[in-house]
Amino acid sequence: MNLRRLVLISVPYLWLVALFLVPFLIVVKISLSTTAIAIPPYTPTLDLAQGWAGFKDFLSQLSFDNFTFLTQDDLYWKAYLSSLKIAALSTLFTLLVAYPIAYGMARVPDEWRPTLLMLIILPFWTSFLIRVYAWMGILSDEGLLNQFLMWLGVISSPLHIMNTSKAVYIGIVYTYLPFMVLPIYAALDKMDESLNEAAVDLGASRLSSFWLVTLPMSRNGVIAGCFLVFIPALGEYVIPQLLGGSQTLMIGKVLWDEFFSNRDWPVASAVAVVLLVILIVPIVLFQRNQQKQQEAES
Amino acid sequence: MAQVKPQIVFDPWNDPEAKPLIECRSITKRFGDFTAIDNINLNIYEKEFFALLGPSGCGKTTLMRMLAGFETPTEGKITIDGQDVAQVPPNKRAVNMMFQSYALFPHLSVWENIAFGLKREHAPKDRIEERVAEMLRLTRLEKFARRKPHQISGGQRQRVALARSLAKAPKLLLLDEPLGALDKKLRQDTQFELMDIQERTGTTFVIVTHDQEEAMTVASRVAVMDAGEIMQIATPADIYEQPNSVYVADFIGDVNIIEGNASPMAGGPEGAINIAYAEGQDPVQAVATTPVAEGEKVFYAIRPEKITVSHQPDPDRANHAFGKIIDIAYLGNISTYRVQLASGKLISATMTNSRRLTRRAFTWEDEVWLSWTRTAGVVLTK
Repeated sequence: MNLRRLVLISVPYLWLVALFLVPFLIVVKISLSTTAIAIPPYTPTLDLAQGWAGFKDFLSQLSFDNFTFLTQDDLYWKAYLSSLKIAALSTLFTLLVAYPIAYGMARVPDEWRPTLLMLIILPFWTSFLIRVYAWMGILSDEGLLNQFLMWLGVISSPLHIMNTSKAVYIGIVYTYLPFMVLPIYAALDKMDESLNEAAVDLGASRLSSFWLVTLPMSRNGVIAGCFLVFIPALGEYVIPQLLGGSQTLMIGKVLWDEFFSNRDWPVASAVAVVLLVILIVPIVLFQRNQQKQQEAES
Repeated sequence: MAQVKPQIVFDPWNDPEAKPLIECRSITKRFGDFTAIDNINLNIYEKEFFALLGPSGCGKTTLMRMLAGFETPTEGKITIDGQDVAQVPPNKRAVNMMFQSYALFPHLSVWENIAFGLKREHAPKDRIEERVAEMLRLTRLEKFARRKPHQISGGQRQRVALARSLAKAPKLLLLDEPLGALDKKLRQDTQFELMDIQERTGTTFVIVTHDQEEAMTVASRVAVMDAGEIMQIATPADIYEQPNSVYVADFIGDVNIIEGNASPMAGGPEGAINIAYAEGQDPVQAVATTPVAEGEKVFYAIRPEKITVSHQPDPDRANHAFGKIIDIAYLGNISTYRVQLASGKLISATMTNSRRLTRRAFTWEDEVWLSWTRTAGVVLTK
């Protein structure tokens, strides 16, 4: 019986070790190495044939120089801060857009819900890259949005959205909207409508009933949605690269440049390790929230 | 000196001077083509414990939701304490409701749930404290004030819901199937507790239920509803003893309905009639409260406990019928005998089990006499 349990539990752990822990340890190791003109482009490499002495030699060559370097060049901490700001703000915008959608979905007659859910999930059927490219067509100076607004006569000269951080915000909000809508919808859908009636019956207005009952009841959905948007948005590369142009500084882009333009794998790895450390905080908070929710429901 | 305790009968509905707290005048409610409430007139008096009783879908919940303000009547007028409430939204009515699901706010503690309504009317803090403490005492929940609803039992949740809806001291408290989620034993205890709280607070209660026993136990008056109409409004005793229709007689408790043709009894007392119900059987002798025409089709409703079962016809009772015991339902304190008459008609009769089961006088297939008095049943024309 205990063996059966052990096997069951070990499967996900083996997955984690093989697909997360091992690659991550390799990245940590690279971040402690030095660049070299070689394949792979860093030293030292571990040569197990030399035995224990070789291993000690290998360890002695590792250093924290790359991490020190990250603190010396202000590009890095600026990129981290800028990423945090963009991720936080776009999470907020996504929430503001997603909440009314989720609220509407939870309030429409039952027969409409499958269709609306389908519409929310539908964009996933097309490649993410193609959808981001489509936004380039919409947001550029000669794009659909500017043409439409000029045709309406709202503006006389095109708005510069493309290649600014505005385009990045639009891209992130668009891309991650379903991740915010679905958990909030799930929370609101579970809510008993008689709770709002009870609040109104006890003297609350419709608005204060929303603030005092509906919003707190959907709190867990909001928190889950925010983490699901914030965590991937922080390391986002494709959207700032395609929509943000050279103006927008995000750590994902810095990472890419170090790897491919500078071919400096050790520094790139150090950037990745620091990013992960930054992300651990919200991930742990997210885990705790999920756990609390499960406890409350059981 | 011995004092004579004056007997006070609570029956404002019999007093033409009394002013009802709630008046429903020709209330009709339609949802599309469906008529949920069909031209209802209803008076409910202050301090009454009024029950709306009926099967599911009879419109009792709709009627209650109109009193709360969650639905507006399609036609007709509702006044509460003399004020037409058509334009008064639910959050402005001096009416509170206890929901069937209790609808406790899961993110708030018991204390905060009870204080919710008081906070909405911006009562001073010490007044809220005092009132919530009073409600907690009334419902014996002092120990659970800090708990969240999911940390207490079903019976306790029910009391929180009651305390919360009473906290604002409403003129009228509506209770939607308040005991539906409780098990039978707890439900019986809670019924008495509800009556006690209703009496102590002096609040007018309107309870919606499909459980006739519950309605009979708690209510001062019961309105029996069917398909959007009120069939009868009367005290529990009158509903049981003097139903005005076969529907009401059948809905409340067990009843035997004997269908037959009436003819006035020659030389009998005022209103006495004979009801011929089967070939070769003596007609049932009964007393009609309303005049019945010669040969008119009537329904004679008689409760099983009003019929005695014996080996010989009981000479003290006017009505007799001979039959065979088909079935016996033993319920401990009482037994119900199903007796088949020669015409094939099945009659239920209930006898108290005053003797031990092994010494029971009758058994299956026994031929017995059923006897009942002239006034034991009621004559109904619909």
